[in-house]
Amino acid sequence: MAREILLKIEGLRIEGRAGDGWTEIVKGIDLTLHKGEVLGLIGESGAGKSTVGLAAMGFARDGCRITGGSIMFDGIDLRTAPEPQRRALRGARIAYVAQSAAASFNPAHKLIDQYCEAPVIHAVMDRARAEHDAIDLYRRMQLPNPEDIGFRYPHQVSGGQLQRAMTAMAMACRPDLIIFDEPTTALDVTTQIEVLAAIRDIVRQFDTAAIYITHDLAVVAQAADRIKVLLRGQEVEEAPTRTMLAAPREDYTRSLWAVRSFARPEQPPPTDAPILSVRNVTAAYGKVAVLEDVSFDIHPGRTIAIVGESGSGKSTAARVITGLLPPKSGAVLFEGKPLPPALKGRKRDQLRQVQMIYQMADTALNPKLRLRELIGRPAQMYLGLEGKALETRVRDLLDLIELDPDTYIDRLPGELSGGQKQRIGIARALAAEPKVIICDEVTSALDQIVQEGILKLLTRLQDEFRLAYMFITHDLATVRAIADDVVVMQKGRVIEQGPKARMFTPPHEPYTELLLSSVPEMDPDWLTRLLDRRAALPG
Amino acid sequence: MGFATSVALGLAGLFAIAWLMRAGARAMFAGSARAIAHDMPLTAAFGILVIGVYAAVAIAAPALAPFPEREIVGGQFQAWSAAHPLGTDRIGRDMLSRLIYGARNTVGIAFATTALAFVVGAVLGLWAALVGGWLDQGLSRFVDALMAIPALIFSLLLLTIFGTSVITLILVIAAVDATRVFRLARAVAQGIVVMDYIEAAKLRGEGSWFLIRREILPNAMAPLVAEFGLRFCFVFLSISSLSFLGLGIQPPTADWGSMVKDNATLITFGDVTPLLPAGCIALLTVAVNFVVDWQLHRASGLKEQ
Amino acid sequence: MILTRVALGIGLLFVVSLVIFWATELLPGDLATQLLGQSATPETVAALRAQLGLNDPAPLRYWNWLTGALTGDFGMSMGNGRPISDLIAARLGNTVFLALYAAALSVPISLILGILAALWRNSFFDRAANAGALTAISFPEFFVAYILVLWLAQTGLFPSMVRINPTTGLAERLYMTFLPALTLTLVVTAHMMRMTRAAIINLMASPYIEMARLKGMSPLRVVLRHALPNALAPIINVIALNLAYLITGVVVVEVVFVYPGLGQLMVDAVSNRDIAVVQAVALIFAAAYVALNLIADVLSTITNPRLMHRR
Repeated sequence: MAREILLKIEGLRIEGRAGDGWTEIVKGIDLTLHKGEVLGLIGESGAGKSTVGLAAMGFARDGCRITGGSIMFDGIDLRTAPEPQRRALRGARIAYVAQSAAASFNPAHKLIDQYCEAPVIHAVMDRARAEHDAIDLYRRMQLPNPEDIGFRYPHQVSGGQLQRAMTAMAMACRPDLIIFDEPTTALDVTTQIEVLAAIRDIVRQFDTAAIYITHDLAVVAQAADRIKVLLRGQEVEEAPTRTMLAAPREDYTRSLWAVRSFARPEQPPPTDAPILSVRNVTAAYGKVAVLEDVSFDIHPGRTIAIVGESGSGKSTAARVITGLLPPKSGAVLFEGKPLPPALKGRKRDQLRQVQMIYQMADTALNPKLRLRELIGRPAQMYLGLEGKALETRVRDLLDLIELDPDTYIDRLPGELSGGQKQRIGIARALAAEPKVIICDEVTSALDQIVQEGILKLLTRLQDEFRLAYMFITHDLATVRAIADDVVVMQKGRVIEQGPKARMFTPPHEPYTELLLSSVPEMDPDWLTRLLDRRAALPG
Repeated sequence: MGFATSVALGLAGLFAIAWLMRAGARAMFAGSARAIAHDMPLTAAFGILVIGVYAAVAIAAPALAPFPEREIVGGQFQAWSAAHPLGTDRIGRDMLSRLIYGARNTVGIAFATTALAFVVGAVLGLWAALVGGWLDQGLSRFVDALMAIPALIFSLLLLTIFGTSVITLILVIAAVDATRVFRLARAVAQGIVVMDYIEAAKLRGEGSWFLIRREILPNAMAPLVAEFGLRFCFVFLSISSLSFLGLGIQPPTADWGSMVKDNATLITFGDVTPLLPAGCIALLTVAVNFVVDWQLHRASGLKEQ
Repeated sequence: MILTRVALGIGLLFVVSLVIFWATELLPGDLATQLLGQSATPETVAALRAQLGLNDPAPLRYWNWLTGALTGDFGMSMGNGRPISDLIAARLGNTVFLALYAAALSVPISLILGILAALWRNSFFDRAANAGALTAISFPEFFVAYILVLWLAQTGLFPSMVRINPTTGLAERLYMTFLPALTLTLVVTAHMMRMTRAAIINLMASPYIEMARLKGMSPLRVVLRHALPNALAPIINVIALNLAYLITGVVVVEVVFVYPGLGQLMVDAVSNRDIAVVQAVALIFAAAYVALNLIADVLSTITNPRLMHRR
């Protein structure tokens, strides 16, 4: 099984510029890759995984420098090799696929021109053959209209297609090694599967070695032979994929799928009347319809999850409820009474009852205000608290979200970590003493282990105050963990809704089925099985 | 070129004092003030020192000037002497005294103009960005049309119509510049109003005035302060140019632009005296630009973190 | 796409002409009285009003003025009674010559300096070029001009006053106008260099530039093939903005060097409050300004595939 070694990195150290000095971001990494082998490199943000991936090409970004170790690629030390020699390898024998294909294709040139550049410049083949080859690869990557798609500009092609075109481009010179840097992260779940399958197949067809960088263990499990886990520039553990999934050695590795193991206990069916009801709402931006005849109920003490891909209208539903987008028809009822459709028409007490927590805590908290004012303002405005009473309330709220009041009350958001900022968002919502909280993708910008903490906090608060949550998310693992009721949306319509238990047991509507089956599972055979099953389906 | 040497020495001296002051600030202050002094490039320290000196001279002009601003105290175009360190001008007024009073007049008028342009332009710009819709469209198209006429040309046109008094000068330049401030303030605020914290505040039920004052303004401050510096330079140069053309601040008020114009004939004889007021203009503009450059750099550096 | 841009530009020019015309309506008091002075008899004032067409309603006067301007007839100067088109005709060429001269010097210099400063970011060259540019921007034009006079004209190398007439030959003309052109060049180059540098730095941080480097492309190819096509639009805008800046820059420089151009004419007209001449010259400057911006817009549209090839 063990074939010839292609890439051997030993004791790699990389520093990044930080203010006036340098800080070490990769602290002595070893890595061995055999020919034709796929290595998964996983870790949270700041783990240094992209930096290591680029170093495998002998490349350091501006503001970074390689300070120690060796990078041996097929007998060539990429650290000491002269730049022209390294350049001759890049694109020809080692290729790169970036996270955002939309940003990484040059907007000024057609796809096929960018495809042909590397083979022609590296003198692997002439332009005519390269073009012919490109069309062949586009077909293998299952791009629509493979003959024509190359003659379009990047902005004329969708994100998932661009990502496949970029993989084809990386294949152009039939490299020995491809670095995939989070190639599916920016895509919707259903698109992610297609791209992931295409990448896996093409790498196997050409027997190319690959380093697959991602933060999602389930994704990498589908493609990698071995997995290496990084944390803050250091290796945590490395093992063959099946071993890693079956028996991770380190606590940190286990925590990476913590959120998937967390689950709120099953709630009894609701007995009381809904606190908030959306009734036959149709809404549009100008002439573009975004919601059509949408209805659902939110009950006190329960969590309703609105699930769908980008463009499904799930965030628009929140905008209608909060009054930012008055509906064309239909109504939003609070405790059985209709709310005025537009924000301006709502009374202060009506505004107080429905609060919102945002996806990006960075943009949801005014960076120039101290926590005292950020959290205090709703309490001051809605509940008329002032002076001593307000201070006590803010301190109580900080206690509730498990931040020490003495340490944090006079901090600015910039002085907090991502998870702490999201907690402040929660405290600000609580300060209004609402009955309903809308959570818009509140965990999707956070690392897994931080996500778990936030979900636990939200669940605790829900039980304590009998809060009703409306959870907008595309992440079905989160839905499984905390939802009581689920609404599936697609293209502005509700496809299916009901209690969680029913929603996660077949039979499903076809779209729900597609959505559910597209969520990667912690099982290296999952993708294969899924593709076989889909292939077996008629049509 | 003994003169060039003394100018170079003078600038070097200013830099040395700036360096000492920065070192002093680093030693004396604590906390954030010290951190600011620590990052400050020498050019910015120099800029702050020069601005301070100008402000002091402008305020203390009557005490510093050896002769009154407008009085004829000697012959025409007298050379530099002990009595008149920088000689006399075209009609026999003391150059040094007029240079000192010029700090008060030229800089003061430019500052007042910038402040006026800034208040009008920034308030309208922030408001337009926040409210959006027809108000924004109307104001923006109006400003677009005004900005399609080059600033100096538009100022000249307006000055022809309203005549050249100090008040019209301030109003005309402020009006022309307010359009530029409006553009910037609106662009900055547009970047801010799309933030979720603005939406959160709107959902909370906050009014426009609270949104501008507590949510938008604190976040727009850094670019607006930098813009104030840049605008000041621009206004200062415009007013000086107009005065130089004889269409700005009118005699007998001592003003640097018109002093250059009045005494320009000396230059053809190789006398540098008429260049001194121009040098004063240049030095202050350089100083402000140094400080602005530092502020912009700081603002962009903070954003990256 | 491009046609709408051109139509918008023409519309804008129309609005600008309206603003310039309407500005004179703000003139306090009666134009004829002001021209003739307080001692004029009512009869002479009335006669002048009739002659200037001041009795017509404003929209009609605007129409007459605009149609006249389009055919090159700007009316009579109030100062010396000569046709304004004659005054302008003699000077327009000189001003255009000076602006083009300065542009020919400054555009290549500043693009090269700006690109080099961007590529060698934070190097000594970059810092020096930046400090120099910042200083040059901070100098009033007349200061730069007089320093050049003191330095280059005192030694007799170049003339400090421009004496040219229509018969002056090209070489002679270039020599005579070297100092004013150099003054403008220094001022504009500083602006253009800084803007070019910023545009290139912005661009070089794009992921597609990193991608090109990771495809093993040489630095030269990265710049020429990957950066430059995308830099065209910002660079075109930088050039247009600064050529437009030249238009106003010439006013002061023409006065310093006693250069017989439009700027000089305008300044004299403003001093004499010769409103008709000021209007005419302002319209010409504004039209050039609008046209430059329009050309820049059209060119950057053409070089941008995102705008030329819709989805």
